[in-house]
Amino acid sequence: MTFRKPTGGEIDRHTLLRFTFNGVEYTGHPGDTLASALLANGVHEIGSSVKLGRPRGIVAAGSEDPTSLVQIEAPFPEPMLLATTVELYDGLVARGLAGQGRLAPEPDPARYDAKHEHCDVLVVGAGPAGLVAALTAARSGARVVLLDEQNQAGGALLGVDEYLDDRPSAEWVGDIVAELRTTPGVLVLERTTAFGMYQDGFVLALQKRTDHLGFAAPAGVARQRVWRIRTKQTVLATGAHERPVVFADNDRPGIMLASSARTFLHRYGVLPGSRAVVFTTNDSAYCAAIDLAESGVDIALIADARPDAPARLATECAARGIEVRAGQVVTGTEGPGRVTAVSIGDTRIECDTLLVSGGWNPVVSLFSQARGKLRYDTELGAFVPGEELDTVRAAGSATGELDLNACARQGREAGSAAAAAAGFTPGGQVPLPVSDSRCTSRSGLVVWRVPGADDASFVDLQRDSTVADVLRATGAGLRSLEHIKRYTTIGTAHDQGKTSGMIAAGIVAEALGVELAEQRPTTFRPPYTSVSFAALAGRDRGELHDPVRVTAIHPWHVANGALFEDVGQWKRPWYYPKPGEDLHTAVLRECRATRESVGMMDGSTLGKIDVQGRDAGRFLDMLYTNMMSTLKVGRIRYGVMCGVDGMVIDDGTVIRVGEERYLVTTTTGNAAKILDWMEEWLQTEWPHLDVHCASVTEHWATIPLVGPRSRDVLAAVAPDLDVSNEAFEFMTWHDTHVAGVPARVCRISFSGELAYEINVTAWYGLAVWEALMAAGEKYGITPYGTETMHVLRAEKGYPIIGQETDATVTPQDLGMSWAVSKKKPDFIGKRSFARVENNRTDRKQLVGLLPVDPTVLLPEGSQIVETDRLPEPPVRMLGHVTSSYPSAALGRTFALALVRSGHERIGETLYVPYEDSLVPVTVTDSVLYDKEGARRDG
Amino acid sequence: MQLIPCPWCGPREEAEFHYGGQAHVAYPEDPSALTDEEWAQYVFFRENPSGPFAERWSHSAGCRRWFNAVRDTRTHDLLAVYRAGEPMPEVTS
Repeated sequence: MTFRKPTGGEIDRHTLLRFTFNGVEYTGHPGDTLASALLANGVHEIGSSVKLGRPRGIVAAGSEDPTSLVQIEAPFPEPMLLATTVELYDGLVARGLAGQGRLAPEPDPARYDAKHEHCDVLVVGAGPAGLVAALTAARSGARVVLLDEQNQAGGALLGVDEYLDDRPSAEWVGDIVAELRTTPGVLVLERTTAFGMYQDGFVLALQKRTDHLGFAAPAGVARQRVWRIRTKQTVLATGAHERPVVFADNDRPGIMLASSARTFLHRYGVLPGSRAVVFTTNDSAYCAAIDLAESGVDIALIADARPDAPARLATECAARGIEVRAGQVVTGTEGPGRVTAVSIGDTRIECDTLLVSGGWNPVVSLFSQARGKLRYDTELGAFVPGEELDTVRAAGSATGELDLNACARQGREAGSAAAAAAGFTPGGQVPLPVSDSRCTSRSGLVVWRVPGADDASFVDLQRDSTVADVLRATGAGLRSLEHIKRYTTIGTAHDQGKTSGMIAAGIVAEALGVELAEQRPTTFRPPYTSVSFAALAGRDRGELHDPVRVTAIHPWHVANGALFEDVGQWKRPWYYPKPGEDLHTAVLRECRATRESVGMMDGSTLGKIDVQGRDAGRFLDMLYTNMMSTLKVGRIRYGVMCGVDGMVIDDGTVIRVGEERYLVTTTTGNAAKILDWMEEWLQTEWPHLDVHCASVTEHWATIPLVGPRSRDVLAAVAPDLDVSNEAFEFMTWHDTHVAGVPARVCRISFSGELAYEINVTAWYGLAVWEALMAAGEKYGITPYGTETMHVLRAEKGYPIIGQETDATVTPQDLGMSWAVSKKKPDFIGKRSFARVENNRTDRKQLVGLLPVDPTVLLPEGSQIVETDRLPEPPVRMLGHVTSSYPSAALGRTFALALVRSGHERIGETLYVPYEDSLVPVTVTDSVLYDKEGARRDG
Repeated sequence: MQLIPCPWCGPREEAEFHYGGQAHVAYPEDPSALTDEEWAQYVFFRENPSGPFAERWSHSAGCRRWFNAVRDTRTHDLLAVYRAGEPMPEVTS
């Protein structure tokens, strides 16, 4: 049986759309929502409730609906959509949900994007108030953006059959939209929901651009777009939602808000059922009853909770044979699923539809998000905007006004005031329409609930929260609505309490015996309607989620099978496995080749900062713990930087390029942070210093060439350079040519081996790398990655900032007192070294650990304890393992660790809890390999 | 997203800025002359007022300049911005 009327509504009856719901095929028409098409086919049961599994239907016609949750299966799986907001398209496959959906396991093929927009006046909502506000502002010459959630303008007018100024309301709407669209500087967006309002006129809106096209959506168009709008003034014409009344078994399919049934009738030409009972507390439901009766629905009864029915409307009902009973309320419903009968006191009436109206809730979410204070309107029984804000105005039924002419007047005033506040003078006045509506009276009886079975009286249908849950909360002593919301979860579902929040507040006030005016409403928060993470991410996903930085030599690493490690945004070669090798065997091979012959790595990611100026040396003396101003041109010094608290923040080398020029290196991950640090001190404390800093990290390709044969390899490619130990000393640099390319070669070592660091313009990085590989071939030159670098430096006890340190470690803790100047009068951190706390002997200090069993590899992060048997908790922890590796050079495993009084404990045996045992370890000096430094000069 | 009026660039979105804590806390003239407690006051202790608070901000994704701002910590409104080296202006919150 069809519930579609032969005429009427904004649908195209000549075109059939086929769709599948819960495995059954149906048809609908363009202009339908999934909900209206289902109702036209007589389908009311959509899904079941999240906790209790009770059947649930369609309560409202729009985004305020608490129950019609569906999962789209085709064209693409998408969970938790409302049937009332899914526009129907051919081939749609959906099913009802039991309160929870399922995210698609496959990647979403659709594109999403974002767009920035700036305007003078933003109008949210294209109902009567919003349309008049937008046109008023537009006529003043202001840049106007008008947003509306629906697929066409009109707002509440779309759901009624009213005449404005003696012509169909659609004509009045059409005229205004047409003028707006042809006015320069005006942007009208349909299917666009303003979901968040933030400071300084920042509004986020979601536009659904191709959702309604289904399979026909063009591939090149972003499916949804987030509009990032910055506006000077905002008019909120967001309308009002009808609210229900709570009674026993009020959650059955077939129980619907009266105005929503009217919307299904007028907008979609759909009847909600054959025989309906109407339960109301105010006038507006009478219009729904009369319209439905005239369309052939048998209105069994109107139960009006008020002691007296409105005389004029009651007369109109009588003329249509509709019985009206004043002072009556619905006390219960029956039905296997969908409602089959309604109880009004002792009277039982059979029906397939129950229409309910408990009054109107102005939509104040955005106003509240804009920090507008709300006020309780006792006549309306709802919170309304309680103040004027400098940049945000509410207009229309969002203020609680229900008369169309008055709503339009508010729109005109708000639009005019907003334009004026944005600096525009009024243009031509927009005439205000007069409606022929019968049902505009505001006055109703405020009824939150009809007493009955508390545990079957649903307040929040989506959360399955009942009056019993509210009373349990108040009974437990909760008084604040915010607390009760969290305790009961009312208002926390996808609908954010659009229909339930006000009622919950009312029931709480009754239970506590307080006035609602004294209650603070819960805070509204974004988003107003659900927004997918895909839309928020926009194009920032996959490769574009975060920039990927690669070095000039990266293609070689890829071609030669490197596995990569992410270091900040950099891709760094981790190790280069040969066939059949895992991490450990590859790293042992790379380490052995480097220590025994020659290895090479890509060090281009090292942070590099060019520091220039007359006071550059003086400045670096303040930043580093050791002296830099005395460094001679041509020489290099290792340096440590601390915060004012004396804790190590970075380390690296400083090379003196000229009298007034230094090149500073930082750890890969800290490059930006250290440049910020330098600029902060230069700008805020020492602006008188003549120093300029620039990041040159990406200008240089940097290649450490490491091992006893590195000198031979370098000599082969740098014919101009005297590579002898006498001519090219440790910690000096020379400008020369390497492989025919201008190069700066530094003699520094992060492995203890003879080593050179070759720096060339990034442009030549790959060519020089390949030349070095070729020159080193006869020595078995071996490329190595970060893992081998870590092992080689750990064998020498060189700390990595951020691995051995954690912002509580001083240079002294690291055994680096030698890098702390005694001569300088001051440097950042110096005063803190004299603090009592920093001189405690039980500070955690860097030491080496050798497991007694040389095959045991301690997990990094392991705790360290003093005894071979754990005492009763709490167990005193002495520190933790910071680095741990198998070593080819040592022929065993080893670790670095921060240990309390570590320097005093050298030689002691401590214990590391690992799996089910306590592993004995010997504490050693942190330098485990070539302690005397014999290998440095080759 | 709040707008922060950089005194060099004009109003820009807060995501371009970096927070730097309380303003007008100068690096001590001679740290070695301070007691441990006085030094700890400089290193670790900052005001935490309810109301106007002079703070340092850096326009880190813009002109990269440090400047000062008076922010009302109750409303998050910026009451004044001024360039480094300038005195804190009188504000009414």
